[in-house]
Amino acid sequence: MNRGAAITVASCGKTFADGTRALSPLDLDVRAGETLVLLGPSGCGKTTLLRLIAGLEAPDAGGHIRFDGADVTALPIEKRNVGMVFQSYALFPNMSVIDNVAYGLRVRGMAQAARRAQAAGVLEMMRIGALAQRRIDQLSGGQRQRVALARALAVEPRVILLDEPLTALDAALREHLRGEIDALLKRLAITAIYVTHDQAEALALGDRIVVMRNGAIAQVGTPRDVYFRPADDFVADFVGVTNRLTGTLKNGRFETAAGVVPLPQDLVPPAAPSGPGAVRLLFRPEAARLASPADTPLVFEVVQVEFQGARQKVTLKDPAGARILVEAPADGLLVPGAAVGLILDPARISLA
Amino acid sequence: MKPHRLTFAFQLTVTLLACAFLMVPAGASILAGFTVNYFRGVSSGLTLKWIGEVLALYSDTIALSIAIALGTLGVTLLIGVPAAWALARRPSRLTRLVEEVVTLPVAIPGLALALALILAYGGIREFRMSPLFILTGHVLYTLPFMLRAVMAVLAAVDVRTLEEGAASLGASPLQRFFHVVVPNARGGILAGALMVVTLSIGEFNLTWMLHTPLTKTLPVGLADSYASMRLEIASAYTLVFFVMIVPLLVALQLFGRTVQGAAR
Ligand SMILES: Nc1ncnc2c1ncn2[C@@H]1O[C@H](COP(=O)(O)OP(=O)(O)O)[C@@H](O)[C@H]1O
Ligand SMILES: [Mg+2]
Repeated sequence: MNRGAAITVASCGKTFADGTRALSPLDLDVRAGETLVLLGPSGCGKTTLLRLIAGLEAPDAGGHIRFDGADVTALPIEKRNVGMVFQSYALFPNMSVIDNVAYGLRVRGMAQAARRAQAAGVLEMMRIGALAQRRIDQLSGGQRQRVALARALAVEPRVILLDEPLTALDAALREHLRGEIDALLKRLAITAIYVTHDQAEALALGDRIVVMRNGAIAQVGTPRDVYFRPADDFVADFVGVTNRLTGTLKNGRFETAAGVVPLPQDLVPPAAPSGPGAVRLLFRPEAARLASPADTPLVFEVVQVEFQGARQKVTLKDPAGARILVEAPADGLLVPGAAVGLILDPARISLA
Repeated sequence: MKPHRLTFAFQLTVTLLACAFLMVPAGASILAGFTVNYFRGVSSGLTLKWIGEVLALYSDTIALSIAIALGTLGVTLLIGVPAAWALARRPSRLTRLVEEVVTLPVAIPGLALALALILAYGGIREFRMSPLFILTGHVLYTLPFMLRAVMAVLAAVDVRTLEEGAASLGASPLQRFFHVVVPNARGGILAGALMVVTLSIGEFNLTWMLHTPLTKTLPVGLADSYASMRLEIASAYTLVFFVMIVPLLVALQLFGRTVQGAAR
């Protein structure tokens, strides 16, 4: 298959005819061959951004979309050679599975025998060869999802755009297909833009994640960046559970009610911290390790322990009453009221 | 709850009486078309003579009615399907406005519509004298039905997303129309077509105003025969009319049911 295209989104905003401002002008670079996930709550503009890139919507004046450097802003979707998987799949009910998959080749003028053969190959790749002659209404949700993906890939597009492709499916199937899509996108090395509101999906699939909020980009980074070094409170809260400690910065250390946390050199303090309680230290439940109070300068009191089998969730509070949540192996027996030390992984903390 | 037997008997009686009230005149009329002399009753004997006479006298009218119905169908298909598609693509205030405007001919009496047509185009003699004049009236009257039927099915299959899917695969607007829009709107198009043909063949108000002695359709001919022929001939005419329109109505009923079933 061909190499994916690099995509540049340059100051693209979108205001709909009814005055809704779905996107503020934004810039985004998508690298050739990478899987970029657009993540954010419903209504934040993910679909709109995807549709701008696809060519289904035009950006407001001044915005430009480039594929491999070539300006495609004025090209309609049918001239952009992008594959698209719609949230509702948009499979043609008047065609069989194989004719759906072969449709892109049909409008490119390929003869019936040739296009059927090529479509059959794609169905095989997706392991749904047996469904070729079925009608669309005879397929399950998961099968439809695979057909939609096969149809989008059959024309060997430069870019594949997926709008919440798994949202309509139940949880177990979603996880299974997520793995399949991940393997497929990595193998094809095609540029993929994947829209989801599900943080687990985003973390599992993305080479990079774009977290969006209110029509703007809140953060762009690798899954690890976004998860462990969220740019702000919004990102921190949207991508999982976040603990926050308030304190001050002194001599490269963070001082809080529960003690001190040494900070790594590369951690950038927020601009202009001032006065006590001005800085907050953010970390995930898994970024903390429980230890004996003697082994660490950071000590909390156990409030509650929730046993979950392999792990346990432990709620702690500091002398000022602030609560945090950490995860620990289930072997250590903890009792509410006991003092417990905490060691934070310096690579997985951030300041805000 | 199980209905009381007496209640049921009562309901049945009322229903049968109501049916009889409607059916008896129809039956009498049909019978009249076969009787030798209606005033002497069935005892005068049964005959196919009147039917034959109707066919001989009014075959032109029957042919013209069918031609106008098919012509109306052709025009409403040609205008209605692309128009419904265009409206379904961008649902907006404009769409709602067009829907309203296009419903007007249903709401205003056929007579008023006919009068408007005569005022506007009656002066063009060739047009006024040709069957195209009636055809124009029928198109105005039936187009809303075609539009609504097609728009309903396009909305039900979410044709906009289907079209976007086709476009993402490289299909041009024309390819999308013929490969995706029309096949998926087939149910609505067929239902609309049956409706248009039925309405066109049965339309009287408007047609009566628009017709000339040389351009008469079935219902106008029926009125004509009641006014100027023996009752037996008029009755036989009714029969011919029935034979043409009832299959259409039945098809419309059956088809409406399957389309609804498919949409569910
Ligand atoms: N065609 C449209 N016309 C008007 N507003 C729209 C249209 N499409 C989307 N919007 C609005 O734009 C915002 C962003 O929508 P969308 O991109 O679909 O969000 P997301 O995919 O992140 O849920 C929402 O407020 C939505 O209501
Ligand atoms: Mg969306």
